[in-house]
This record gives sequence, C-alpha cells and structure tokens, in this order.
Amino acid sequence: MENKNKVKKELTVDQQISRRNFISFGVFGVMAFAVYEGWQWLYHTPKEVRGVTAGAKEPLRRALNKTELAFRNFFSNNHLVKTYPKERAAKNVRVNSNIGLKGKFIIEDWKLNVTKANGETMQVTIDQIKALPKTEIVYDFKCVEGWDQIQHWGGLKMIDFMEHFNLVDQTKMSYVGMMTPDKGYQVGLDMPSAIHPQTILAYEMNGQPIPGNHGAPLRLIIPVKYGIKNLKRIGSITFSNTRPPDYWAREGYDYYSGL
Amino acid sequence: MKVIKEKHSLLMRWTHWVNFPILTIMIWSGMLIYWSSDTYSITLFGHTFYKFFPQGFYNALNIPGRLAEGMAFHFLFMWLFAINGVVYILYTLISGSWRELVPQRKSFKEAWLVLLHDLHIRKMAPLQNKYNAAQRIAYTAIIVMGFGSLITGLAIYKPVQFSTLTWLCGGYHAARIEHFVLTIGYVLFFIIHIVQVILAGWNNFRSVISGFEVVNTKPKPAIEPQKDGE
Repeated sequence: MENKNKVKKELTVDQQISRRNFISFGVFGVMAFAVYEGWQWLYHTPKEVRGVTAGAKEPLRRALNKTELAFRNFFSNNHLVKTYPKERAAKNVRVNSNIGLKGKFIIEDWKLNVTKANGETMQVTIDQIKALPKTEIVYDFKCVEGWDQIQHWGGLKMIDFMEHFNLVDQTKMSYVGMMTPDKGYQVGLDMPSAIHPQTILAYEMNGQPIPGNHGAPLRLIIPVKYGIKNLKRIGSITFSNTRPPDYWAREGYDYYSGL
Repeated sequence: MKVIKEKHSLLMRWTHWVNFPILTIMIWSGMLIYWSSDTYSITLFGHTFYKFFPQGFYNALNIPGRLAEGMAFHFLFMWLFAINGVVYILYTLISGSWRELVPQRKSFKEAWLVLLHDLHIRKMAPLQNKYNAAQRIAYTAIIVMGFGSLITGLAIYKPVQFSTLTWLCGGYHAARIEHFVLTIGYVLFFIIHIVQVILAGWNNFRSVISGFEVVNTKPKPAIEPQKDGE
C-alpha cells in the first residue's frame, strides 16, 4: 500500500485517503459485479447433455464427479457401517417409492439374469441364492432426503455371490449395473462399493421374506450408499467399465451417492 | 489532524467478502436440502412454538422440490467455503493477528460491560485494541462455528468413511441437528453484525473494504520545549 513512485511528491493525508478509497472501493465494486455476473451465469447455465447422468447444471455435474473422485480416496473395506442389535430395528419399515415395481410381476417366474462384461449370460434362481450362507445386517438406512431408519435385512453377500457363481474375474470391472425386471429403475455402482463386505442381495426383512413393496424376491442392500442406490426387485446384474444407467443420476442426483 | 490508521489486512478483507456470497449460497442450498426432510421445530412441553420452516417461507424463497439441485450447489460451494476458511485461519496464525482476535481471560467479564455500554445502560466502554471483548468472542466464535459446520457437514455427508467424526458429533442425528443449529447461528450473527456495523458508522465499515480508519489526533508541538539546566 506504500507509494511506489518515490519521484512523485508525497501525497497529503487527504489525497492518500481518497486515493486508497478509490482503489479499494473500485476493486470491491468490480469484484462484486464479477461475482454477481458469475452467479447469474452459473444459475442460468443449461443442464447437462442427457446421457448416463442428466438433470444437473453442467458445471455442477462436473463438480459432483470431481468431488466423487476426491472422496473415493477415503473409501475402504475396513470402514464398516455401524450396526445395531436386532431389537433396534424398525418394525414398520418405511416404503418411499415403488418406481420399477408398478407393472405385472409373477414372482414364481422370477430369475436373476447375470450378464458378464464379455456378454456371457447366466440365470440364477432364488433357491440357489437362499442355499448359500446368509448374512444379516441391522444398520441405519439413510435416505438422500435426510431421514434414516434402523432396518434389519438378511441375504447373500454380494462378494459371496460373485465368488460362488464364478464372477470373481468380473470384480476387475469398474461398475456393476442392476435393473428391475421392467427396466423402470436402474442403479449403477462403483465396484468397490458393490463388493463392500456389507453389501448384500437381500431376500429377508426382519427375519421374514421381503414383502412385495420392499422388493421381493431379491433386492439390493448397500449400506455404503444412500437409499436411492438400494434397488428393489433385482431383475438383472451387469458388469462394465463404463457407468451403467442410474435412475436418480438422470434426475440430477450425484452418480456416486456414497456415504 | 487527520491520520490514517491501518486496521484490517488485505487478506482479512478478501476472505471476509469472499465468504459472504459463499456462505449465502451454502445457507440457501442447505435449505433446498433440508426441505425434503424438514423435521425440526422448537417444541417445549408438547407445544410447538416454531416449525422450521413454515410453508409460506418455503414458497416465498422458491425452495420446495429442489433437493438434487441443492445438493449439487452445496457440494461445490463446500469446497470454496472450506478453502476460504483455511486460508483465513492459516493467515491469522502465521501473521500473529490471532492475538488481536482470540478472547483473553478478561474478555468474558469485559464483554458484559461492552454489552451494557452498547445497550446504553453503561456510559463507559472498556479500553480496547482492534477488537473489543465482545467482538473478540463473537468473531472467534464465528470461526469456530465455521469449523463446526465443516465437521458436522462431513459427519452427515460421509458417515461411513468418516464414522469417527459422526461419533464425535454424537451420531448422525445429532450431527444433522448441529449442522442446522450452526446455520441458524450464522443468520442470528448476521443480523446482529449488520446492526452493529450500521451503528458503528462509515469509518468502521470502510475499514473492511479499504483497510484503514481515519483518526483525528491532536497536533503535536513541532519543537519540544527545552528544560532548563540540561
């Protein structure tokens, strides 16, 4: 803030005051205007081009994706979701949505369609899944809306499923995609989250077979993600190195949605 | 005689004004998020005094049904909020200006005297340097609150990866409430801050933009009178 031009005459106090006021208020005004314009630009910027993700303003989507990369560094299989005793689990389990469950569905005809990255397919029945060791978890289910509920689920660990059905090579892929049989609801999961030790393909809720509105006969319980990723009534599982379709990521939500 | 007295450093002024729009956006986008599960109210003995927030408030600010948008804004500007805060704190620590800011032992007693003076109950205000006792407490508290928002925010945002933070906050529910209460705190701080700035006047306000205050001092005699016998 000192005078750099020493050749010039020294300014009087009043001159110094007005000079500094001019500069600082000038900069302040310019910056305030720039911030206002910047905000106007961001607020009115068009939404991203519709693809695997949609519905978010383009710069905000980029920020979400960058933020995902930053927080993926903190993900670890050693970071387990807190669990609770069974008595704490809610008896009246909240149903928040039935997207993907609306069409006609014959539970007896259900088979899980698995497609490997190379296109090989396989079908798995609910009895094959139930024959494998069951894992139970009582944890705090968290919705992106802000509510949460302690719930009790039982089923087959995703990693156990992959090991048993010779899908271990597929864990080298980056993503797992799941869809309801009517393809109306889809989730895309990064592989580390999908094979986290607490991720299960659930067929029991509170020790009973899952009711229809909770995703019978088989649903995903992935405690390291928000509820939006916990797909009900799994129809198909796929593996890929690109992001699989994801219902809520096309509605402006973060693709990762990890906890 | 007018004299220029330096008051606020350039960095303090920048971080102060950069924080203003960022915090405004954080509070606004936070409300977009909170709306989708607006469970808080002030309830005593079964009587609800205030629900956060009334429908008219939501409608007036065009808040309903914008959760995804709120999250997208919140998770971009959280970075800017954090970076700006870290820059300020590092500067304050390194420059030593924390000494003018952090409350002293006497500040807590003196703050009452400042308050009584501000309310025109007491005539004399205690002597002060850059900040008076009440300002020391308030301006330090707001920095601690900012840090608290980061911690409680992280505790809600990644309760699995940062479960220790969530635990420190007293759990997921407690962290969300704390995050909310801190935000209410900012709004209350803002109201008092604006009133105080208006009351303090132009010279004080200008110093947060230009960095200096103008003080009138008595001119000193140019020649010190010599004493006899020396």
